Amino acid sequence: MTDAATPSPPRFAFGAALKSAALSAVVALGLFGLMVGIRTETGPTGSLIYWTRFGDVALLVAAVFLGRFLRVLAFGDGPIRLQRLVPARWQEASAGGERFARLMPGRNLGGIFSIALLGFALVAPILFFNNRYALDLGILVLTYVMLGWGLNIVVGLAGLLDLGYVAFYAVGAYSYALLAQNFDLSFWVCLPLAGILAAFWGLILGFPVLRLRGDYLAIVTLAFGEIIRIVLLNWQNVTGGPNGISSIPRPSFFGIPFNNDDDGFAAVFGLDYSATHRIVFLFYLILMLALLTNWVTLRLRRLPIGRAWEALREDEIACRSLGINTTNTKLTAFAIGAMFGGFAGAFFATRQGFISPESFSFVESALILAIVVLGGMGSQLGVAIAAIVTIGGFELFREFAAYRMLVFGGAMVLIMVWRPRGLIGTRTPSVFLKQRKAIAGALVGEGRG
Amino acid sequence: MEYFVQQLINGVTLGSIYGLIALGYTMVYGIIGMINFAHGDIFMVGAFLALIAFVVLTSLGITAIPLALLLVLLIAMALTALYGWAVERVAYRPLRHSFRLAPLISAIGMSIVLQNFVQVAQGARVKPLPPLIEGGITLLDNGTFRVELSYVQILIVVTTVALMAVFTWLITRTRLGRDMRACEQDMRMTSLLGVNVDRTISLTFVFGAALAAVAGIMYLLYYGVVDFYMGFVAGVKAFTAAVLGGIGSLPGAMLGGLLIGLIETFWSAYFSIEYKDVAAFSILVIVLIFLPTGILGRPEVEKV
Repeated sequence: MTDAATPSPPRFAFGAALKSAALSAVVALGLFGLMVGIRTETGPTGSLIYWTRFGDVALLVAAVFLGRFLRVLAFGDGPIRLQRLVPARWQEASAGGERFARLMPGRNLGGIFSIALLGFALVAPILFFNNRYALDLGILVLTYVMLGWGLNIVVGLAGLLDLGYVAFYAVGAYSYALLAQNFDLSFWVCLPLAGILAAFWGLILGFPVLRLRGDYLAIVTLAFGEIIRIVLLNWQNVTGGPNGISSIPRPSFFGIPFNNDDDGFAAVFGLDYSATHRIVFLFYLILMLALLTNWVTLRLRRLPIGRAWEALREDEIACRSLGINTTNTKLTAFAIGAMFGGFAGAFFATRQGFISPESFSFVESALILAIVVLGGMGSQLGVAIAAIVTIGGFELFREFAAYRMLVFGGAMVLIMVWRPRGLIGTRTPSVFLKQRKAIAGALVGEGRG
Repeated sequence: MEYFVQQLINGVTLGSIYGLIALGYTMVYGIIGMINFAHGDIFMVGAFLALIAFVVLTSLGITAIPLALLLVLLIAMALTALYGWAVERVAYRPLRHSFRLAPLISAIGMSIVLQNFVQVAQGARVKPLPPLIEGGITLLDNGTFRVELSYVQILIVVTTVALMAVFTWLITRTRLGRDMRACEQDMRMTSLLGVNVDRTISLTFVFGAALAAVAGIMYLLYYGVVDFYMGFVAGVKAFTAAVLGGIGSLPGAMLGGLLIGLIETFWSAYFSIEYKDVAAFSILVIVLIFLPTGILGRPEVEKV
């Protein structure tokens, strides 16, 4: 094992790399030989037939051999350090960036980047007015940014690992769909109601899990998410079962519908009618909702309850010893996180116009959690970047639909191995004595709630 | 009454399969304290490997059922164990000393990888296998309802009991079992005493995966179908079983598996089949509220 303390681990010899690569190739042959080499399928008579694909196996094994060989040759058996591949001159250049950051006190790079990102989001609908695809993608990304920020309250701030966040998203979506269809309520009445209902479900989940910590909590929240999904799937006469709910009312511009009528949005504002108006409105709506989530989170972090969340994340026992009511702290975290999930769900329902339990599977929860963790738990900017990268990456692989989940799962593993703390692993404390300082993630213990 | 006995038999059979998967969860949780989220998918991989091995063996002319079964068992166990080893090596070992959530996220990623790998490699359609072992014993017959104990059910229960016995012996009597229990208590101290901790943990994963492969074969024989998504629900239920029995305890995992199997079967038989998963998950929540350490688990002492 390579000791992390030694300055440069000895490079493996050529022979050793060859041996290690051969071993990996043998393992790969075992893994892929049957699973990839023999393709089974139900034949025309109903019995199983198979055909062989040994060429693919050979390719995979060769790829593993080559990959392992190069990896051992370059880094030995120790961790991969990308710095070792970068020439010294470039490293100096990147140090220059840090110097630049120091030259601008009070305005760190993250802050500048956040403002640039926000500015881009604000003008995006104008820039891409004729590009429906880009606007749809933007709405999707912003939905996940909002979900990520909502879950960040539970996981990032309060340190409660929630694997069933999608349940609240589902509650919000179904609340809106059912309220709007059965009682003819408008989007702006349903939105708070959906949030309140989701928060209520957050409390219902919160109560039983108050005593649980860490992995147990994770699995119970997962079970809760599945229970909600199964109920939605089977409660035919209310939720429509697997067929879902269709023709959900579209949102209106505060009562003015987006259509080509005389009292429609285009006519009232004296514009030419365009279907894109609604898309642009939806874009700004989700941007506003996401920013609301962000703003509330940032404000709450300065209030006693927000500090209690962070204290709970760092050390529950110390937190209790100091007289913080952990019951209330956990319940509010669940409820507020769930509320934003509910808002996002209501938005999702009105945007899609159709919802079914299929949209609320566990993979969705895993995706949102992955965004929060990849972003560096607790960092608002990190979550936004992670959402852009993840959803954008998903879109890039759209043509390879079968492979994109495979790549997504693989990326989750790789990023965890490479940066277990996420992209932005540093912490900026919300309370400080003299000077605001970022703290390396490695110094922060958390996630035990 | 006859109906009840029949459901009891079905429940015990299903419970045995859950118990075998739960053993893998409980061993890994015991030794490194993480939920091996990909374990359910390892079970699915085992079932698929068994199916492929069956098809190949049949086409090679090996049609004697006992011989074919034995070969399939050996092939699937060995290759699934290799999968278990590879998953630990790639996704968990680099994160051994990382913060708590990292291995869990990595495990979720691995689970997605395995599911989609099998989907890409073998297709998304459900794969049926014709029943290999047919027939059974009629235990009770009152004219209207017959209580059947099929040979497959006997095979499943007997195999489970036998594996359980072998495992108890392995953990309590062998050098490896002692190493495992030592790692469970204090990993650093164990390594100071000259035990290869990495190797011990690897072997834990290997054995867990081999047991999951056996469960996969049993599932394949019993239900006759496999698909790439079956590992998720089976995995969550098996984890529920492990928690119910008291995580870290081998007899607990088996007991939990039986209880979950029975609850699920009776719920389906007497209430509604659609909500059987809800019943199993609700049991998990209720148990964790009132009995956080499970039935046979040791209370966890928290040190500050």
